Amino acid sequence: MKNKVFWLLSVLLIAAMVLGACAPAAPDAPAEEPAEEAMAEEEEMAEEPAEEEAATGGLQIPDVEEGKFNVAVVMLSNHDDGGWSQAQWDGINYVAENVDGVNTAYMELVAEGADSEQVFRGLARKGFDLIFGGSFGYMDAMEVVAEEFPDAGFVHISGYKSNMTNFGNLFGAMEDMKFLAGMLAGSRAKTDGADKVGGMATFPIPEEFRLFNAYSLGVQKTCPECTVDIRWIYTWHDPVVEREGSDSLFDAGSHVVMTGADTPAAALAAADREGVYGINYDWIGGCTIDECMTSPYWIWGPVFTRITEAAMAGEYEYGWDYFEASEGGLGLYGFMEGQELQPGVTSLPEEDLTLVQDTLAAMLAGEFTRFDIFTGPIMDNTGNLVIEEGMSFQYSDIDQFAPGAPGLEAEYGMYWWNENINADLPDL
Amino acid sequence: MDLIIILASGVATGTVLLYATVGEIFSERSGVLNLGVEGMMLVGAMFAYKVTAATQSPLLGLLAAMLAAGAVSQVHAFITITLQADQVISGLALNFLATGISLVLGEGLTSLRDVVPQLPKFSIPVLSEIPWLGDIFFNNQSVMVYVGFIFIPLAWYYINRTRPGMHLRAVGEYPAAADTLGIGVYALRYYYVFVGGLLAGLAGATISLSISPGWFGALTTSGQGWIAVGLVIFAQWNPIRAAFGAYTFGALRRLVLDIQGPATVLGLANPFFYNSNLGFFLKMLPFAFTVVFLVIGSREAMRKRVGTPAALGLPYIRGQRGL
Repeated sequence: MKNKVFWLLSVLLIAAMVLGACAPAAPDAPAEEPAEEAMAEEEEMAEEPAEEEAATGGLQIPDVEEGKFNVAVVMLSNHDDGGWSQAQWDGINYVAENVDGVNTAYMELVAEGADSEQVFRGLARKGFDLIFGGSFGYMDAMEVVAEEFPDAGFVHISGYKSNMTNFGNLFGAMEDMKFLAGMLAGSRAKTDGADKVGGMATFPIPEEFRLFNAYSLGVQKTCPECTVDIRWIYTWHDPVVEREGSDSLFDAGSHVVMTGADTPAAALAAADREGVYGINYDWIGGCTIDECMTSPYWIWGPVFTRITEAAMAGEYEYGWDYFEASEGGLGLYGFMEGQELQPGVTSLPEEDLTLVQDTLAAMLAGEFTRFDIFTGPIMDNTGNLVIEEGMSFQYSDIDQFAPGAPGLEAEYGMYWWNENINADLPDL
Repeated sequence: MDLIIILASGVATGTVLLYATVGEIFSERSGVLNLGVEGMMLVGAMFAYKVTAATQSPLLGLLAAMLAAGAVSQVHAFITITLQADQVISGLALNFLATGISLVLGEGLTSLRDVVPQLPKFSIPVLSEIPWLGDIFFNNQSVMVYVGFIFIPLAWYYINRTRPGMHLRAVGEYPAAADTLGIGVYALRYYYVFVGGLLAGLAGATISLSISPGWFGALTTSGQGWIAVGLVIFAQWNPIRAAFGAYTFGALRRLVLDIQGPATVLGLANPFFYNSNLGFFLKMLPFAFTVVFLVIGSREAMRKRVGTPAALGLPYIRGQRGL
């Protein structure tokens, strides 16, 4: 009984305190927000770093440095994830070392969607001049924030939108490197008397069809009789699932497996078997064991530097910026300057190695581009002629499914599999 | 598509889930729900790789992983047992803390270029000769898989047939009664939360030292801890069922990959030949499990039906009536 009375009293007391605290504050609350915003805007105009930690998805926004050109990169994973995000982190560090008068910063582990919008707004409000967004799902958030901050520049990696004024799209012709990786895989299979290689694809989007078609076209060059198995794993970065996907391909008879995801699982799975090989992806440091033949990887440094320098001069044109290997943004591990060929590559036939090295040299010189990869005649695996002899795909076909976006119509698109791929098209 | 290979792979990768799930069973049987399994696994995976890289000894790596995850679990224990705070909130917060710890201390590990030794894989001489079963359970598996085989019955026996196991169950079902009998409720709960941490650390170490050797940042565990929390309910707090669930889940994860391969299965057109939806369904499961858990946890009738420890989620306050 006594307990109950005490309990009632304390509830009443707490309720009274809570209500008492709330009541006077309530009318003030709406007035506070505009005041804060105005203050932020004033600070923005005065070019002073905003003091307040406004809603930023619970993340601390880095400060700008006065009198310098402030560049930031926003990344999906942590900066040392050993893959996609780490390549971008290397890129922004390269900018810091190679461009005078810049201040660089990075944000890591920024979730796609609403959280990222807060982060981009926070960065723009603090006064960052150029912001790179490193994941597909940042696209809409960046578009919105770019409207609000016309003085800041936004460059989005891997999406398909641009407003042509201060929000642009950026990507590179990774299909060049995947094509070469395919040549190596085909050559390895043929040399060892195998007739099947594998590809571990992530999600059924145009990018993955493009990369694995390029890979298969490369396989065809060195091993015309080889077929390519495909597994969809529905993740970009999951060590256990990637391991299982690689095992699944090896168990089904693949001699070489190339991954489209982040971790070096393909080579690690190969290391547990006899005489098979993996091809990794994304980051220069991913190819550490002998069973890794090579790794197509991103070199964001020179690309970020070019864009930063152009933006500093006020000359960068925000649009669809799709760079080729000649710009130095793409690498093939073992074949670049100062690197040594992996053991799984050195024992390949001389003519295949020369073909890869010559094609790479042509790519780096800008004489061989992604349009040369997708040049006819190319048959799909249902017997249709996708690209006629002498024809080649347009940018709109390479980067989209038909019919494409308004203004960027695609006649064919990337919804087909090359003739040596042993798979149906997935439902979209 | 070979059923034996799928099941063998299920046993191999299901072992991760097995340790995490049984660890959570110990913790929950004592009445403490710990949703921080994912975070503790990350700490374990990172420490295992880091210590192994430094000492070149996977055994030391395992030990460090277990102790580190166990230590992290004690934060949760202090908050929920001594401070009697809400277990769901503390568990979720523990995930953030543990993820942060593992990322900060794991800085630079991805750049290690020297090869870090892995846990050994081997076949068991006589048992691997058994047709079917030998290939599934005893052929070229990681040492962690075999430890798991021994561990499952021991855990079951400990919980159901020994005196300390009875104390564990008493603390989780009716802590007031246990307290009256002189069983130290607080101490035992601390202890079993620690055991849960040890096993979560072991699960993480199994990833980074055996299944996919390496440290890959915050996504190293990719939701396995959440699946483990879900599996505890499906196992109805029983280690043997947990093993069954863990291996089945592992095999299922492999099945959706292998089933993409053949155009025909048993002479019929394969309906899953590159069907996108199965993969998405599996990706959804950890989150669905979490929702299912919260639903069951919040409904008394459901709790009784699936055999939830009666005091699960409730702080024990000595001298108060009821549980």
